[in-house]
Amino acid sequence: MAKNPPHTPETGLWNQLNAWMTKGPAGYTFLSLYTLITSALLITNPRTSLFTDIVFVLFLLLILAIYRSRVALGFKIALAVVALGFVLPYFGTLNPYYIDVATQAGIFATLAMGLNVVVGFAGLLDLGYVAFYAVGAYLWSIFSTDQIGNMISGATPVGAGWFYLFIIIGLVVGGVFGVMLGLPVLRLRGDYLAIVTLGFGEVIRVLAVNLDKPVNITNGAQGIKDIERPPLFFAPALKALGFNLDNNQLYQIFFYFMVLVVVLITMLVVSRLKNSRIGRAWTAIREDETAAIAQGIPLVRMKLMAFAVGASFAGAMGVIFASKQLFINPPTFDLLRSISILSMVILGGLGNIPGVILGAVLVTLLNIQILPRIAEVLRSAKDAGLPIPQSFDPTQYQRLLFGLLMILMMIFRPEGILPEDRRRQELHDHDDDPVEVSTS
Amino acid sequence: MALLEANNITKVFGGLTAVNDVTLTIEQGNIVSVIGPNGAGKTTFFNILTGIYKPDTGGVLFNGQTITGLRPDQIAALGMRRTFQNIRLFPNMTVLENVLVGMHTHLHAPFWNILLRNRSLRLEEGKARDTSRDLLRFVGLDEKRDNLAKNLPYGDQRRLEIARALAGDPKLILLDEPTAGMNPNETVEATHLIRRLRDERGVTVVLIEHDMRLVMSISERISVLDYGTKIAEGDGQVIRSNPRVIEAYLGKAAGHHG
Repeated sequence: MAKNPPHTPETGLWNQLNAWMTKGPAGYTFLSLYTLITSALLITNPRTSLFTDIVFVLFLLLILAIYRSRVALGFKIALAVVALGFVLPYFGTLNPYYIDVATQAGIFATLAMGLNVVVGFAGLLDLGYVAFYAVGAYLWSIFSTDQIGNMISGATPVGAGWFYLFIIIGLVVGGVFGVMLGLPVLRLRGDYLAIVTLGFGEVIRVLAVNLDKPVNITNGAQGIKDIERPPLFFAPALKALGFNLDNNQLYQIFFYFMVLVVVLITMLVVSRLKNSRIGRAWTAIREDETAAIAQGIPLVRMKLMAFAVGASFAGAMGVIFASKQLFINPPTFDLLRSISILSMVILGGLGNIPGVILGAVLVTLLNIQILPRIAEVLRSAKDAGLPIPQSFDPTQYQRLLFGLLMILMMIFRPEGILPEDRRRQELHDHDDDPVEVSTS
Repeated sequence: MALLEANNITKVFGGLTAVNDVTLTIEQGNIVSVIGPNGAGKTTFFNILTGIYKPDTGGVLFNGQTITGLRPDQIAALGMRRTFQNIRLFPNMTVLENVLVGMHTHLHAPFWNILLRNRSLRLEEGKARDTSRDLLRFVGLDEKRDNLAKNLPYGDQRRLEIARALAGDPKLILLDEPTAGMNPNETVEATHLIRRLRDERGVTVVLIEHDMRLVMSISERISVLDYGTKIAEGDGQVIRSNPRVIEAYLGKAAGHHG
């Protein structure tokens, strides 16, 4: 394990600045100004551009700054509510692209937290996690569209209002599939477990491709379109407040808040589990199975519970995702997606909930915003006459950049960006000073 | 009634009889040692008692209940806890968390209570922490409760393992070479701690040990295993003068040099 750099507030310019800016009057001023400036820049520059991209990333990093700062909790919450509850959705009405990026980041944050239960807490490497996401997504897709009629002749789709119930159903079905994966792999560890879970993920994807005959359940490779969306119960209220938004914008905002709520619930659930007998049992299993059993921890039940809990978040999020996308097909749930979620968990900080969320947001931003933007900038530079060979197409190299970043991260900070900070989470004694308990 | 009765236990691995028809009775409140040369089957015998191995023949009665065939976690939940020959703590958990894991079988908060973090959960967690702190004080590690287990010195790790075992509020505790790798000073402290386990906590103790001085000084009864067979049993005086025991130990030394 790599060690945390020792916390020495008095050395180094950056640390001094950091210590000064994150607490006391300077902290409040800094955070308020940060929020104000980035918000103003976003709202006055809503057009999609490199500049807005940068401001948008800075704006999202604000949440990290708030989280890491040492100001009053109420102030933190207030700022976060202003930023995520008002500024971002309002900005979303000006430019739908960015709120969609934020929504996707939230979706992946939930998935990453779910996978983190299995991989980070219980130490069970799962390379087929996206399968549960697919199960949830297909569940709603089949039942909310005419696809149900293809499967059971004469059946009609459920109404849009069932959406909320289906989130719960997706949660339960995801959990059941988690147990289904868990049962055959109970005796496996490490590499062997990884291979079986990888196979499981592929099985689910291949089933999605091929279950269009003899009975058409998934509509095969064509996927399912026209997936139902929940009714916009809040539209009249917004209209009354003077917001004249079209349906698309309303759904953008709806799904943004929906995902935000799920992220918050997931955070709460996962962190409470972590600091309970269940979470401790998971960690004990990860650390030493034999010793864990000797403490009376029932291995089978605890492992299955980890698989089920982890999978259920993906199942529920799958329902929301399908409804948001309107269209799903099997390639959406390929191995690369599982790997991508795993990379979020590891990059952010295996086991640590804020780290995992940060990892999810960063990787999502990289994948759908930053890297494409870099490629675009390079291409326009090429068109402008920069000496780049004609045959070089920057868009083809996005994944290469992503891979390089991963390699560099793992070499220089293998514990992730925000690793678990055991000193701070210690229970009884919440000393305000970051007293370093010697850790090596 | 005896706390533990192991009757005619035999365990064969391939062609090797690791434990051969061993019968051992442990009375409540005793400190009992199982000794024998390396490879005599002591640890295998422990592993059978704790359910890691199933015996080929024979059965184990613990507290009047047959435990042969139960899983190790079920046996642990009945109140039999152990430590390991090569310490097996949870290295990346704190000292306090290690003990809290040891309390697992005594925590019953349902899933929903954990999610709701309601009063009954907070009460249970608070109590668990207090009990754990008490146990850490008992072994003298409370000051270090926030350290990661892997960062403790060797002797402390041994003591933490004992505290973790105590967290299950066991009737019987099995210590597998509790002083292995300790210097004479640490051994004296460990001896003192083992005695306190019984005197202050009322726990029956069975230990596997090589340090003869320790064995002779604290055990009420000693059983000697050699090649999987129990060759002698009795108090220190009896064992010391038993010709088969002397032969087993000297024979072992001769065999190793050959």
